[in-house]
Amino acid sequence: MKIVVDEEKCVAAGQCVVAAPDVFDQRDEDGIVVLLDENPPPRLAGDVRQAAAVCPALAISIED
Amino acid sequence: MAETQTAETRVPEYPGVRDGRCPFAPPAELLQQGKPLFRARIWDGSTPWIVTGHAAQREILSDPRVSVNEKLPGFPYPTQAMAETVDHRPLTIFNADGADHVRIRRMMTAPFTRNRMEKLRPAIQQFTEELIDRMLAGPKPADLVTALSLPLPSLMICELLGVPYTDHDFFQEHATVAVKRDATAEESLAGMQALGGYLTQLLEKKLTEPENDVLSDFAARVKAGELELPDATLLAMVLLIAGHETSANMITLGTAALLENPDQLELLRTTEDPAVVANAVEELLRYLTIPHLGQRRIALEDIEIAGETIRAGDGIIVSLPAGNWDPEAFPEPDRLDLTRAARHHHAFAWGAHQCLGQQLARIELQVVYRTLYRRVPTLRLAVGRDELEFKGDSLAYGVYELPVTW
Repeated sequence: MKIVVDEEKCVAAGQCVVAAPDVFDQRDEDGIVVLLDENPPPRLAGDVRQAAAVCPALAISIED
Repeated sequence: MAETQTAETRVPEYPGVRDGRCPFAPPAELLQQGKPLFRARIWDGSTPWIVTGHAAQREILSDPRVSVNEKLPGFPYPTQAMAETVDHRPLTIFNADGADHVRIRRMMTAPFTRNRMEKLRPAIQQFTEELIDRMLAGPKPADLVTALSLPLPSLMICELLGVPYTDHDFFQEHATVAVKRDATAEESLAGMQALGGYLTQLLEKKLTEPENDVLSDFAARVKAGELELPDATLLAMVLLIAGHETSANMITLGTAALLENPDQLELLRTTEDPAVVANAVEELLRYLTIPHLGQRRIALEDIEIAGETIRAGDGIIVSLPAGNWDPEAFPEPDRLDLTRAARHHHAFAWGAHQCLGQQLARIELQVVYRTLYRRVPTLRLAVGRDELEFKGDSLAYGVYELPVTW
């Protein structure tokens, strides 16, 4: 699983951090998404898929 | 003549009337059209598109051909006052598209990150305990709105912004007028001006005496020449107003809904698992959907969706409560089930304009619901459900008062 985030699209809603806190964080200055782990272990796959599904700006994509 | 009338009546009225026997449900005519979008008549006689399907809402709210520019002809205003005052409304996160929206939104996002909100959790817990102490020490029955629902989010937004809570009578009055559906244009403008004057003074003070709060951040940007004072005032006003009514209505209405579903309340009261509480909050957000008058948009180009063509210039209203009661997305939507997977709800809307304060709201609700029913296990309505007055006339749904006893 490889994750790609699009900072330009991100609206800092924070949904990804709630869904998968081990994989996503937010920048302190403006809340924009920070990718902590672009190849997360399989046990986090469900959380990551949920993070992508609830991102209101569609800024998270997953390449399997 | 009869035929004309039949054709006329085929267009439903929006927002429509809720069934008094089932006040948590969106109006039936929104749910029974059998298609994800259709035309309906609004207060000014125009017939914008109403989007009720969950999937269609996601498509519309993330389509760059759909605009929030309320100055475009054909924009479906929620109220006459909103229509009459449009020329007085500057650019805000609510009515800006694209690059303008990103610029304004990014100035406002920093204080609302998940991590910063989590740091507020102990303060939220403490304020909640104190307000409940005070309610329990006072007379019975008590009104939950004035005892807890309104003071808690007000205290938190004041704390965040750096606005003295001691002034809350003043700004709550004006914040309430700002979201009242039947406020006149004059009332609405006067409220905004009073709030604006107050916040400008506070910002000026924080230019020279900065503290650790959002208004001081905005004042620092003014000092650095990144922001004009009137724009900083507007950002502050948006946060102050939005921070008031929304969570307050969720606390009150959520309690009313839980008292009608005692098995669900029991689940929330007895769990030790924060994940169960967090999930319960998402379901309550879905079930109740406070912003009930719909997200207003206008099409910039022709858009094909679900077998219909929305033409350039057509008004669009996205009914968030209807999307959250779409059985395709949430089976048996009329059942309050705190264990269902509800995180994909649209209570905070969807797309680039999704609620900025949602992480604050989530934590407030997690703390309040959990603490209130645990501290007051015998909490119950002090009046019949029929006697509750629901806020059909407000931009945020709720009840005016919730008399409770214990």
